Amino acid sequence: MEDFLIIDHVSKTFGAQRAVDDVSLTVAQGESFSLLGPSGCGKTTLLRMIAGFERPERGRILVGGRDITALPPELRPVNTVFQNYALFPHLSVWENIAFGLRMSRRPREEIRGGVERMLELVRLSAHARKRPAQLSGGQRQRVAIARALVNRPQVLLLDEPLAALDLKLRQHMLMELNTIHEQIGTTFIYVTHDQGEAMSLSDRIAVMNAGRVEQVDSPEDLYETPRSSFVASFIGDANFFTGVVVEVQDEGHVRVLVEGLGSQLVFSSGAVTVNQTLRLMVRPEKISLTLTRPPSGERVNAFRGVVEDIAYFGSHTRYRICAGEHSILAQLQRSRFSGGEVDPARGAEVWMSFHPDEGRVVRLEAVS
Amino acid sequence: MSAESCSGRQWLVTLPSLTWLAVFFVIPAMLVIITAFRPADLQGGVGPGWTLATLREVQDPAYLPILWRTCWLSGATTVVCLALALPVAFQMARAGQRVRQVLLLLVVIPFLSNFLIRIFAWKSLLHPEGPLTKLLIGLHLIPENAVLLNHAGTVLLVLIYTQLPFAILPLYAAAEKFDFGLLDAARDLGAGPWRAFSKVFVPGVHRGIVSAAVMVFVCCLGQYVIPQMVGGTSDEMLGSKIAQRVFSDRNLPHASALAGGLMLAVLVPMVVIVLWQQFGRKEAE
Repeated sequence: MEDFLIIDHVSKTFGAQRAVDDVSLTVAQGESFSLLGPSGCGKTTLLRMIAGFERPERGRILVGGRDITALPPELRPVNTVFQNYALFPHLSVWENIAFGLRMSRRPREEIRGGVERMLELVRLSAHARKRPAQLSGGQRQRVAIARALVNRPQVLLLDEPLAALDLKLRQHMLMELNTIHEQIGTTFIYVTHDQGEAMSLSDRIAVMNAGRVEQVDSPEDLYETPRSSFVASFIGDANFFTGVVVEVQDEGHVRVLVEGLGSQLVFSSGAVTVNQTLRLMVRPEKISLTLTRPPSGERVNAFRGVVEDIAYFGSHTRYRICAGEHSILAQLQRSRFSGGEVDPARGAEVWMSFHPDEGRVVRLEAVS
Repeated sequence: MSAESCSGRQWLVTLPSLTWLAVFFVIPAMLVIITAFRPADLQGGVGPGWTLATLREVQDPAYLPILWRTCWLSGATTVVCLALALPVAFQMARAGQRVRQVLLLLVVIPFLSNFLIRIFAWKSLLHPEGPLTKLLIGLHLIPENAVLLNHAGTVLLVLIYTQLPFAILPLYAAAEKFDFGLLDAARDLGAGPWRAFSKVFVPGVHRGIVSAAVMVFVCCLGQYVIPQMVGGTSDEMLGSKIAQRVFSDRNLPHASALAGGLMLAVLVPMVVIVLWQQFGRKEAE
């Protein structure tokens, strides 16, 4: 797909702090893209630069081949859904949605048509005459989306669109946002600190940390092959081990000696050499728990530990298991437990095992 | 706690201020209105019995131009003060904490010197031999023989000067509560800076605008010192006439009739505005 939104070596500093540090990104037309990161990582600043509220010190921002870096917000083909929605309290829902069309002085008929169509899209036709204060959080959210989309932006920016909603509503709006995106087909850019939100909303995610982009990938690739331990720990949970390479096998498998756990066979997407120190990562749900030693074989990593803590979540159960110096997190679906009729109790000795392909080398540079 | 005892306690708490209002505002206001129906005596007091003669006297058409002048001077002062105070309140609310405190202090500083002294200062500033007149003539901005003092424009200028803080303070209080993120939203939706200000900021602080307008307008209506000191003989306002009836003519009923009329003229529009605002609030809920 062709690059539609191009962020080209953009930097921005506030005082001594580098909020956005030489970021380059490209987003395709119609793509649903997320900027994900902890607070203060620069994702909101980047969004505000795309919207035109902040000027980058260096770099360019292009939409559809046009350089918009120097344009004020009102002249950009971009609209924003603000985190607190920023609906105009003195205007009705109808007038809020009509605001952008009125600002661009569209004919009356077009304004009416546009507003009615948007009200239908977000299913608020019955509330058109109400003031924002009379609406629920989810309804306000939908007004904010309609108010932005009615202007037919080339890119829609959504700043933490679900942060102000409670859990149930959030899950509902998640589905609704996906539906709206499918219907409209506009490029959506989300800013969020919630990895679950980013994963379920976007085609691709840029994980940001300290003003830089750590990795840009599809949700699956970010989860399965994180390139840094920051990405691995930010997207889902992860166990990290530091070890030394003892053997490099074919097809990207390497044998790593981890102190206290013995040698583990894991997968590396990059080239490694013997005696190199590196970090490897295993997701909690990739670890199997058994009461007896799993059938030994070349292709299984197994080690023993003592259950320290158990947390039951309904759909799954989490175990914190102590193995020598290591504290390992394992997560089991009830049905996947294969060690017998009973769950391991606190203090029980269990075997943990994982397939070599589920263990990933996350950082190739030496770890001190 | 039941709602009833709660409201009972609320009444108890409001009692001192209600008493204050009754003793020092409602009762004197009633006395003023009552005095208008009493005959005047020769010693400048109030004679026995009741009469409607004063009401007929104040219908003198000679009052009409004065009434008109009072209204347009007050109205013009209100409009100019609002126009000047809105951007000031906007900038104050956007400024940092320290700048904001300095600006607030600057707005209040004129009150530290006596009102009359400040009017006298204007008088000497605008005097034909005063520094401002000389400067403006020196810069050829006004003709050599121009007189800055003693006409309606002077009264308007000094009224604006004295009333401006009363417009800035309520507007600032409203602007401080305004969500400036709404201006980003307006810009994002295609409004330039000026339209964002007029379409979103101004309606956002409309309560502050109403308070400031009432404050300034009402204060102007009763002015008599300013027209007397910097205005000419033909620039009298209703307040000047009331003062004249009390101090020169020593005709209390006549002064009371004028004052009572002015009071009603202020109260009626204010009650309308308050009712209208409450209606608007109910609608918004």
